[in-house]
Amino acid sequence: MKRAFWFAAAFGGMLLVLVAQQSDVIIKLTQGDRPAIAVPELRGSGAAQPLMNAFNATLYNDLDSSGIFKMVPKTMYPLQVPQQPSDFREQSAPQATRHGQQPRTGGGTWLSDWSSPPVSANYLAFGYTAAQNDVLVLYGWLFNVAQPTVAQAQILGKRYFGSVDEAGAKKIAHEFAADIIGQFGGASLLGSKIYFVSNRTGHKEVWVMDPDGSNQRQISHFNSISIMPAVSPDGTRIAFTSFVRGNPAIFILSTDTGRQLPFYNQVASMNATPDFTPDGKQIVYSSTASGWAQIYIANIDGSNLKRISDTRALEVEPKVNPKTARDMVFVSGRSGPQQIYHMNMDGTDVQRLSNGEGEASNPSWHPNGQIIAFSWTRGFATGNFNVFVMDVTTRHFDQLTYGAGRNENPVWAPDGRHLVFMSTRSGGEQIYTMLANGTQVQRLTTAGRNSTPVWAK
Amino acid sequence: MLDKRKIGTIGFCLMLALFAAGCKKKAPPPPPPPPPPAPEVKQPPAAPSIVQFVAEPSSIERGQSTTLRWNVTNADTVSIDNGIGSVAASAQRRAFPSDSITYTLTATGPGGSKTATASVNVTAPPPPPPPPPPAVKLTLDQMLSSTVVDAFFDYDKSDIREDARAALSKDAEALKAIFTNFPDTITIEGHCDERGSAEYNLALGDRRATAAKAFLTQLGVPGDKLNVKSYGKEHPQCTESNEECWQKNRRVHFSTGQ
Repeated sequence: MKRAFWFAAAFGGMLLVLVAQQSDVIIKLTQGDRPAIAVPELRGSGAAQPLMNAFNATLYNDLDSSGIFKMVPKTMYPLQVPQQPSDFREQSAPQATRHGQQPRTGGGTWLSDWSSPPVSANYLAFGYTAAQNDVLVLYGWLFNVAQPTVAQAQILGKRYFGSVDEAGAKKIAHEFAADIIGQFGGASLLGSKIYFVSNRTGHKEVWVMDPDGSNQRQISHFNSISIMPAVSPDGTRIAFTSFVRGNPAIFILSTDTGRQLPFYNQVASMNATPDFTPDGKQIVYSSTASGWAQIYIANIDGSNLKRISDTRALEVEPKVNPKTARDMVFVSGRSGPQQIYHMNMDGTDVQRLSNGEGEASNPSWHPNGQIIAFSWTRGFATGNFNVFVMDVTTRHFDQLTYGAGRNENPVWAPDGRHLVFMSTRSGGEQIYTMLANGTQVQRLTTAGRNSTPVWAK
Repeated sequence: MLDKRKIGTIGFCLMLALFAAGCKKKAPPPPPPPPPPAPEVKQPPAAPSIVQFVAEPSSIERGQSTTLRWNVTNADTVSIDNGIGSVAASAQRRAFPSDSITYTLTATGPGGSKTATASVNVTAPPPPPPPPPPAVKLTLDQMLSSTVVDAFFDYDKSDIREDARAALSKDAEALKAIFTNFPDTITIEGHCDERGSAEYNLALGDRRATAAKAFLTQLGVPGDKLNVKSYGKEHPQCTESNEECWQKNRRVHFSTGQ
């Protein structure tokens, strides 16, 4: 009980900081009192040992990039690293001896070896692996090293099973990391998918990959220009814009089978930038049926369509609030250069969110329905977009990237702590992830040009 | 009236005569039968003679004609092969062989039959006149690219500038000419430079093409022949990051097909 309360308090505290600090909307998302965790290199017995480099790198990276922890540098660790709970020794009560020879550390076998300087960790993740009957088994534990006794320290002790190869080693590392993150109320990204557009086949097609860039797989095979994907909330459908039938129009595919699902494109020179409503039953999109690109809503098959905006301006990228489903953000040129706007689902109460400087585009909702990420040229030359986040209510914003090439299409991860985005910082367009405070930037793609990512559960 | 004596004497004399004759050459053979009647022509009949069988000229180009001329004597029937058949003994005829050919004339008469040949060499005509007009599409493309020009725009704008007015006015006349010659529709492609977002540029390119179409229809170009299609910034014709290149990409372009 006590422990659960502590966790709740720690995580709640981080959220409180987030909400309370209005001038720095997102920065506080990952700062404050982050628990310090020590993650020594785990070792494997026999056939498992050659796989441990992959395992340890994956485990460390997952915990580090979660943004939940302060990672204690490995150079601080004691020499003796426990591999199982029985390796710990209870620290004997300090006794004043005449010669002062009372040992002051357990060399790594005392909880206090980890909780006191120089390590100063709150938590220790440890364990070992072994290959048993062609199965790679991980015995993993998480200890709260601030507890007075070893018996009270264990938070997590579990076995994980994978194949005896690098893929299996990564799998059990991801699962162990997910369980550790879960102990702190963090949503693991394990199992989530990033959809994106790649031209590596010679045509722009929709692809999918894991959040660490592995398992990249082609979804669409249209041999045309297929761009601007969106994923249904349940992850079963992907909607995008394609030139495969001539003019840009909307297409929907099943993410499992790749099968095309029906969508009625109204008569227009352009139907584009589709997105799903939070219940997954409707599509919002932009159509030039009136002669100007305007916002429409329709059933999932394109029927029963209704126009929402009514201006003689260009309006694209409608994104419905995932929490309320009653309002949306979109991009409009109604006041001049493209800016981010907010309105109700019926088109009323239109408010401009970006302040009119530069050009703003690519809005994406945080799962909490209060914050958006978007790309903005504010402070830079036309076309030099950077990633920003903004509290929709207060309109306070934060800048997360600073002029390293173009940085566009930021989209929140399901955990609300990470963003995936496109950047040209290394030359061509590639896909990166980062924590919502702009740190922990990781590049996920290399082949061809890759853009417009979306992150789905 | 003859008395018996007189009749007997004559008969006696006759018999004597007969005897006398028969006694002189003992049993002479009967005379040979008369020869068969002589044929009407005493001489053996003359064989047919082909005095002349020529083709003039003997060398033609495909599609032209040659004249076959012949003169045959002493023949009952005269025929020429290669589909001509029986002909008069002396005549001429035009022929239109499509390939080199040898005509054989056969003359048949009481004196036998004779043949003669006349060859005609047919040469291929010179190559057909320059690029034949068959590929209508190509000509349409040529007409488009030679007479219809791009119109250019300011950044983030779909207004028709002065230079675009001039270009589109010229295009209007050219398009009208095209539509009188071809049933095809023409696509007005809208393009943008790389700087705005891809999503917004898709809408902007559409707006540029729509504005160009409105301008053209005002000048009398049939609107139902003009298709509007935005490529946004997906199909730049210039990929450098400078204003010269950006200007080249902020345009409407005319193309055939969808």
